[in-house]
Amino acid sequence: MQTNILVCGVGGQGIVLTSKLIAAAAMAHQIPVMSAETIGMAQKGGSVFSFLRLGDDLHCPMFPEHAADIIIGFEPAEAVRMLSYLKEGGSMVLNTYAIMPVTAALSGGSYHGEEMVTYLEKNVQHLVKIDGNAAARKLGSPKVLNMIMLGLAIRQNVIPFTIEDIEEAMRRTVKPQFAELNSRALRYE
Amino acid sequence: MHQEFLMGNAAIARGAIAAGLNLVCGYPGTPSTEVLETAAKNNDGGLYVEWSVNEKAAMELGAGAAYSGARSMVTMKQVGLNVASDPLMSLAYIGVRGGMVILVADDPGPISSQTEQDTRSFAAFSKLPCFDPSSVQEAYDMIQDAFAYSEQYHTPVLFRPTTRICHGYASITVKDPEEYYINKPEGFKKDSSRWVIFPRLSYQAHINIEARNVELQQVFSQYAHNRITPAADAECRKGIATHGVSAAYTAEALQGKDAPRLLQIATPFPFPEQLAVEFLRGLDEVLCIEELDPVIERELTYLCGKHHLNVRIRGKLTHDVKNAGENTVASVSENIAAFMGWTLPEAPVTDTPPALPVRPPVLCAGCPHRASFYAVKQAMKGKKTVFCGDIGCYTLGNAMPLDMVDTCLCMGAGVNITQGIGRIEPDTTCFAFVGDSTFFASAITGAVNAVYNQANMTLIVLDNSTTAMTGHQPHPGTGRTMMGQVVDKVSIEAVLKGVGVKTVETVNPLELEKAIHTVQRVAAEDGVKAIIFRSPCAVLIKPDAPSFINKESCLNCKRCLQLGCPGIILRDGKPEIERSLCTGCGLCAQVCTFKAISLGGEN
Ligand code: SF4
Ligand code: SF4
Repeated sequence: MQTNILVCGVGGQGIVLTSKLIAAAAMAHQIPVMSAETIGMAQKGGSVFSFLRLGDDLHCPMFPEHAADIIIGFEPAEAVRMLSYLKEGGSMVLNTYAIMPVTAALSGGSYHGEEMVTYLEKNVQHLVKIDGNAAARKLGSPKVLNMIMLGLAIRQNVIPFTIEDIEEAMRRTVKPQFAELNSRALRYE
Repeated sequence: MHQEFLMGNAAIARGAIAAGLNLVCGYPGTPSTEVLETAAKNNDGGLYVEWSVNEKAAMELGAGAAYSGARSMVTMKQVGLNVASDPLMSLAYIGVRGGMVILVADDPGPISSQTEQDTRSFAAFSKLPCFDPSSVQEAYDMIQDAFAYSEQYHTPVLFRPTTRICHGYASITVKDPEEYYINKPEGFKKDSSRWVIFPRLSYQAHINIEARNVELQQVFSQYAHNRITPAADAECRKGIATHGVSAAYTAEALQGKDAPRLLQIATPFPFPEQLAVEFLRGLDEVLCIEELDPVIERELTYLCGKHHLNVRIRGKLTHDVKNAGENTVASVSENIAAFMGWTLPEAPVTDTPPALPVRPPVLCAGCPHRASFYAVKQAMKGKKTVFCGDIGCYTLGNAMPLDMVDTCLCMGAGVNITQGIGRIEPDTTCFAFVGDSTFFASAITGAVNAVYNQANMTLIVLDNSTTAMTGHQPHPGTGRTMMGQVVDKVSIEAVLKGVGVKTVETVNPLELEKAIHTVQRVAAEDGVKAIIFRSPCAVLIKPDAPSFINKESCLNCKRCLQLGCPGIILRDGKPEIERSLCTGCGLCAQVCTFKAISLGGEN
């Protein structure tokens, strides 16, 4: 049994921590895990992704196209960019809040994200949408966006862990003063 | 033994520590940087760790330690090896006493480098043994072997992971501290017949190196990480030879298929000849799947000639595999399918997605480099100028709308290139931009060259007090070391004055008007002069409250957009501050003619 997970979005959204927590939960369950993410120059305001694989017989962290069981999309255009990695019948959780690139500001381009969301609605079988940024604001901190997205992803029953497993992993990596807020974010519906 | 989830670079550092590492030094460079950082983080006090001023300094330091019986490791990215190649080529002849591993991270793609050079080819050129791991686990295991071989054969060895190994993570088996090898250096023993290079000694050393490398071909033919996997179908007369992360892609591509005979090469130099010949025997055709240079392909082609084997070797040289860029599972699957005569499943048809916004890397919101570039641009408006850039975050100053980097070649090159342009076009006002870390690494000699040869140029040092692009490492100007000491800072002003630059001015680029006037005044002087733009990297300081655009005063002239700050976005055709990104640096407020932007504003 293998689970392939793809987390994608824009630099600064907390994508790396999201995949670290899933990996930590896997380690706690003695499930072999591999991951790969964007690092370096590509990170400045650019597209960011993290590939994550759990299970036996893993050779390399980057899986081929049409192989992801779930995509956790933190930004609509980035989710469309990586959609070809989703396997047929795969799931996607999507933050519908669009982040405008600098180039759009310069060229006066008008990217809003709606066209991306519509496209995903048409092309993804199991799509779960949320305005993650509004949800984070409601919870009182933009920093919890990644926990909201992760909690939502866990509830799709594709990733073989529970919210409690993630909380356990968090206890070992995230500062305790944020624990309560993060737990609420993981459970945000 | 226990399991840990580690990044490839961390696995390399942890493996080196398990192998009794005494000293590690290097210069930051993606994708190698985390090796040294992990070693520093795991330093129990017994390890000496430093960021050296550049790769050449690191190589020499590591050699001195290994002369003294220490196990030393030197870390750098592939282009760093070019800088360190002078000591390396001679060190190959002199050799070492303690184990010495030169960790050089290659970057197929390239993803964050200037070249797609292959350190495996450098190994053959320098005649040094080379290790090429194919997974995070193998990186952890093989770095320990690398130290052992180095010590046994008294030679430095190269260890060259690629980006996907360096930055890949995996749960791997690692040793417990009780299982670590402990190396106690005996100290340097004087022996001028050994440590002083002379033509006669080099002649003898050359003979020994060639003999050793023939021996190593045999030894490496037995090395467990060089291996043949028999074909699923014994009748199959095809084979695949591969290495590094491409071996993992190959395994992935062959899953659920009748795999042909496989050869995996973990030591590209000296090439494991006996093993390779055993692989070739009985085959008709071999496909070589490699990244960067066709090293294995050339070796196999050569061995077929040498051993009269009638095997057709295919790969990059025969255009069966692309000869630039990195491999992927998909590209390897295609290569193998074409070679084996398999058909790949059709990709499912999907609607064409809407046009995607591009997100090229940009200078961060609040980055002081933006202010520096803008100040020079304003000061030099209408003049014939050239802006020679260098390696660092500030290379991004080339993007529109700033468009302030006309050239970028390699570390420290800008200061000399601008002199060359000035010699041919004396009516051009010549600038070179260099970051603080790059200044120390390789621009000081360029400044001396300019002073000595009476060049006419302005050197702009963009001093943000860190090595930002590789993840904020300290350097001589920061007053911090990797051993946790706080030391005297090396002053850029004093260095420049010391080498004879008469005008050296320091300004904060975020004081825009002052910065512009300084550039106008200093650039008008004759000879070599320097301006140091000093303001800390925006990522390292606590941001101020975001700025605010007053909708009534804003006449929508879009002048602030000329800064290219990601903190300013266009919403419904009008500029607006993106509060989650703006650091309140205040630059845009100084640029706005209509005073529509205020600092730390609340609406
Ligand atoms: S990391 Fe620092 S130096 Fe690099 S672009 Fe961002 S603010 Fe500028
Ligand atoms: S104050 Fe202006 S220039 Fe500075 S970060 Fe904010 S939006 Fe960008």
